[in-house]
Amino acid sequence: MKDLLAALRKDLLLQWRGRAQVIAIFGFGAAALLLFSFAIGPDSAALRQHAAGFLWLGLLLASTLALAESFEREMEEQALEGLLLLPASARGLYYGKALANWAHLALLGVAFVPVMVVLYDAGTLRLLSLLWVILLGTAGLSAPGTLYAAMTSQIRGRQTLLPLLLFPLVVPVLLAAVKATSLLILGDPMGQLRSWTTLLAAFGVIHWAIGGLLFGRVVED
Amino acid sequence: MRSTGPKALIALGSAFLLAGSFWGLAKAPAEVFMGEVQRIMYVHVPTAWNAMLALTFAFVCALCFLLTNAWKWDSRLEAAMEMGVVLSLLLCVQGAIWAKPTWGVWWDWDPRLTTTAVMVFAFGGILALRAFVDDPARRAVWSAVACIIAFVDVPIVYFSVKWWNSLHQAQSTPQTVSSAFHWPLRINAFGILFLWTGLVTLRSKVAALRLRSELAPPLPESRPAVTGSSAAGGAS
Amino acid sequence: MSRMIAVAAAGICRRYGRRWALTDVSFEIPEGALVMLTGRNGSGKSTLLRVLATAIRADRGTVRVLGHDVRVDRDQARRNIALLGHRTHLYEPLTALENLAVRARFLGADPSRAALLPRLEEVGLGDRADDPVQAFSAGMRQRLALASVLQQQARVVLLDEPYGHLDPPGFLFVDDLLRLLRQGGATVLMATHLLNRARNLCDRGLVLEAGRLAYAGPAAQIPEPVLADGAGFAEGA
Repeated sequence: MKDLLAALRKDLLLQWRGRAQVIAIFGFGAAALLLFSFAIGPDSAALRQHAAGFLWLGLLLASTLALAESFEREMEEQALEGLLLLPASARGLYYGKALANWAHLALLGVAFVPVMVVLYDAGTLRLLSLLWVILLGTAGLSAPGTLYAAMTSQIRGRQTLLPLLLFPLVVPVLLAAVKATSLLILGDPMGQLRSWTTLLAAFGVIHWAIGGLLFGRVVED
Repeated sequence: MRSTGPKALIALGSAFLLAGSFWGLAKAPAEVFMGEVQRIMYVHVPTAWNAMLALTFAFVCALCFLLTNAWKWDSRLEAAMEMGVVLSLLLCVQGAIWAKPTWGVWWDWDPRLTTTAVMVFAFGGILALRAFVDDPARRAVWSAVACIIAFVDVPIVYFSVKWWNSLHQAQSTPQTVSSAFHWPLRINAFGILFLWTGLVTLRSKVAALRLRSELAPPLPESRPAVTGSSAAGGAS
Repeated sequence: MSRMIAVAAAGICRRYGRRWALTDVSFEIPEGALVMLTGRNGSGKSTLLRVLATAIRADRGTVRVLGHDVRVDRDQARRNIALLGHRTHLYEPLTALENLAVRARFLGADPSRAALLPRLEEVGLGDRADDPVQAFSAGMRQRLALASVLQQQARVVLLDEPYGHLDPPGFLFVDDLLRLLRQGGATVLMATHLLNRARNLCDRGLVLEAGRLAYAGPAAQIPEPVLADGAGFAEGA
């Protein structure tokens, strides 16, 4: 437990130091959201209809950058290995990093909402529910994403491999998060929101558990 | 002696597959509602069973490797994942062949087929990962870890696609055939099973040979190589 | 006088791809000894230190540190060992003080400025405590890495080329460090190319040749052919 807190502190500090990167990644995601609107054209009905999809696609693309970046600092001087040798528990290091990444992705998600509102005329008054969906969705991205980022940061071809490995895995997150967000934007007459958030929660629980169990094998010899 | 087993399996499997396919495609009567196109089920359903079987076997190999650290499980894992990807790809192609004349589109977002497509990408990605990792030990551990995560994800993907799809369309690819036509199905199923088992056995051997060339040759029995004072150093 | 054996290696083998980096390496180091490890580039020194530090695993053979088999209880072994490796294990964007504080928290030690500043002063980095490591020269990074090794207060200290990147005052600093560690009762195994310097400081020596142990005995008696063979260079002490 002390390792988890120490790791979380370390990772949040590293993120704070690298906050210029955070802003750059936000810029990348916002640019992606803009490009999506050009791909559809100035059809406001269609844009509004698909706004949820664009939001989560943009977030997914931005997440590959954020996740990859989270391990740059660990690998450039083998700092992660240095901590493992103290000894620090691999599980604590994983959860610390995954939590910090979750915070980062959730922040990005929230930051994209006003962009979505402006570009696609798609908003919702159920802001707390939207926040809840963003939190659950980004949790689902962070757990497997942190594990795979740890893997790919140690080999060549890392920029292609991380999305290649991560995207098929997080299809349930994409489907559920887009559906849930869509219901919030366009209306949820049949009250289906709960089933989608439950799916997101289940995905999260499973992958946070597996990630903690397997991370040690990924970073140790 | 060494590869007669797998070769026999491949021969037997091919024979079964030919027999079952001939029966189903040429001899059995056409299905009432869907006509000739439905015949693809005689290959499609057995392929589906076997694709799932191959990927489950891959999952078992991954677990065994992480628990025992024995190289043979890594070779089997590589072969099983490749076979799983090939069978899944075949499944998607068969699905497209069925969907075009039936619905007029190449893809109908059937939950099972869509999950299969996701699996092609997931396990194909792991095969790509293997190509980028040079150290054999790391490659083995990482692909085992990735395989476990991907396999555990399969049911979640299936359920999420099913729910997502159910909001839009009711139809899905029929997965059953009436009882009169079960025999060609079973024959084909076993045919594909023998075929892929034989192929995976051979492929594991190839993987094991490649591993052997990548790793340092096993050491001869140790001999003392110390000059000067003894290795123990003695008390000071 | 019989002392406890701090490090006991038996039949260590480790491969890197197609070749064996270490073959059948066996030796014992008594507690409190200062041992030099030498050999050509590529002879396996770094690999051996990493195996002893449990950063990598031996493919064959056993390592016992202070009586504990490192494979059976790796965490306990790690608590007793500190490694100065080829990579500094530092976070570039963080300051010198922050790097030590991060490690202090994992060690369960006091991460406050008051506790850590003396450690930086010990290695001559007191006035650079709040500068990010990014701005440091190689020698300064080395000093910070040494500070983080000292921070662990481990009973077994493994140093991979501690003199590397340092200037002559830095050399003296490392000499003092070694004496300090010795006084504290630590066991030190140091890989180095500065043979004459090391021979004057160390009790015992190990020589690796192509992954095999070619010599294990008193440092003063390391065979001349080894010295002349390019395993190191004779420089002024």
